[in-house]
Amino acid sequence: MSLLELQGVTLKFGGLTAVNNLTLKVEEGEVFALVGPNGAGKSTVFNLISRFYTPVSGTIRFDGKDLLKLASHEVPSLGIARTFQNIELFHQATVLQNLLVGRHRHRQASLIPQLLHLPSVRSEERAHRVAVEEVIDFLDLQPYRDKLIAGLPYGVRKVVELGRALASQPRLLLVDEPASGLSVEETQNMRWWLDDIRRQMGITVLMVEHDMGLVGKVSDRVMALADGAQLALGTPAEVQSHPKVIEAYLGTGAISKTANAAGERV
Amino acid sequence: MRFHFKTSYDQDINLFIDARKAVSYGLLVAAAFALPFVIDDFYLGEATNVLIWAIAGLGLMLLTGQTGQASLGHSAFMALGCYATVLMIEAGVPFLLALPLAGIITGVVGALIAIPALKLHGVYLAIATLALAILADDIIVLLGPWTGGVNGKIAPDIVIFGQALNRWSNPVEWYYVVLVVTIIVTLFYRNLLRAPMGRAFAAVRDSEISAQAMGVDVARTKTIAFGLSCAITGVGGAFMGMFAGAFNNETFNFLLSIQLLMMIVVGGLGFIHGAFLGAVVIAFLPQLLSIVSDTIGGGVAIPGLEAAVFGGILILFLLFEPMGLYGRWLKIKVFLELFPFARKDMFKRQKSYLKTERLR
Repeated sequence: MSLLELQGVTLKFGGLTAVNNLTLKVEEGEVFALVGPNGAGKSTVFNLISRFYTPVSGTIRFDGKDLLKLASHEVPSLGIARTFQNIELFHQATVLQNLLVGRHRHRQASLIPQLLHLPSVRSEERAHRVAVEEVIDFLDLQPYRDKLIAGLPYGVRKVVELGRALASQPRLLLVDEPASGLSVEETQNMRWWLDDIRRQMGITVLMVEHDMGLVGKVSDRVMALADGAQLALGTPAEVQSHPKVIEAYLGTGAISKTANAAGERV
Repeated sequence: MRFHFKTSYDQDINLFIDARKAVSYGLLVAAAFALPFVIDDFYLGEATNVLIWAIAGLGLMLLTGQTGQASLGHSAFMALGCYATVLMIEAGVPFLLALPLAGIITGVVGALIAIPALKLHGVYLAIATLALAILADDIIVLLGPWTGGVNGKIAPDIVIFGQALNRWSNPVEWYYVVLVVTIIVTLFYRNLLRAPMGRAFAAVRDSEISAQAMGVDVARTKTIAFGLSCAITGVGGAFMGMFAGAFNNETFNFLLSIQLLMMIVVGGLGFIHGAFLGAVVIAFLPQLLSIVSDTIGGGVAIPGLEAAVFGGILILFLLFEPMGLYGRWLKIKVFLELFPFARKDMFKRQKSYLKTERLR
């Protein structure tokens, strides 16, 4: 059984079919990348898994459990964490507080003990901070720990968002365009982190990314989407050289011209 | 500039980050307790008034400053808190039990009202809660047999451990009662901020969508915030009515909610200090104005002067200092600490888009 299974999922916005009968299986321990031109439905797939959207048909299962039965705030409790394409951090809070929100699914104390700050609340807080500090160490966020998000540069915010997702200690991490807007060096770092997240932490990664260089280096399998449906599925090299993928990016007639260049960057 | 070399997680969890902070707030509390020995009864009454406004303001601050939900209906909850306390005292419930009970009742009613109301966002929520405040006025009149309607009620003495404390003849004891409640409320507020619930409030304020993606139940969090906010404001309202000596539906007019909202904006949204600074402004402004009009205008009362001046102050703050008095204080502090290296744009607010609604 796959860790995450989308079976025949269809989502329509009025007359527009955003996701069309899509079947997607992510195995435990792999890095799976979704690629495709703008509007292909990649982020929509993420929002379906996060339960922000409800599909018209199809099933979504995580570790055998039916995700469609859950509300969106219940999804993280299964061990699914995500980042957003446009960075959705808590701007008027510090980096540390943002990461601590990532620990929300592990909270135990109820309201009254929190109001009274009972010893149990304090020891729970300490445990959260130990976990968060590990993430800060892992992502080299020490210089920014007590800074407000509102004053941080874009590249750092991107890392903080990854950190917030990691702080929840997920089994499946959804990363939406981790390298968009990053410098070459920052993209390089992101690549090492994604590698380490899979190897050291054993977290399964599903990512959306346009940078085929990054996709080729970190992912085991790639699915190319266009108009909400699967175009190609396979290793990064296979997908990049797939004629349908080349057509989707470069238009018809491009195949003969690029046949020789197949295998290089699309 | 002070740097904190952190050696344990407790430093971040503690109420005060270092001994210096603890000592300065300790001195502040000590000064507050010593106040009756320094000033006369009139000014002690004013100080009590400031604390009462601060309690009510902390309630609204929790909702608006921390959770990002506007409410113009808090005068209704102040009324509920006040009538509940007084009716319970009249029914023979001791004050020390009646006050927290009234807070809990107000909180539960507030949470129940919040369930439908908090489906609304921004200005629509403000309008809906404003309607609630206007409605409360009529409900008080309609419930005349219990509330006394337009004739109002005379506030009973507070009885603590068999000691009757009259608002007029025992100002010092009254001040201490309000001070202790203020400290308790502030502690609760502070405890919340350093616990998961407080962070969930901030998460809902800054980005509902990613709060949800992190496992925060947005509807539930907002409801809890509204309930807690109403409970605190209800306690503030109870003191306000009893401090006035007598109260009726007019005491808890909807203008009171607007005043309360203006107060926390002028004080500094999102800061505990902001509620207190705003309370000082709102409690002393009428006095200041009467002193000024006495000296300049020769004692001629100008109707609506207070509201106009307060509105003007609010507009000036929104234009020039949206972070309020406390925000201004923070800026001055940074300027002095970094002198001469502080830059003008250090506090510049970055453009933030309302991204939360995008997926709806």
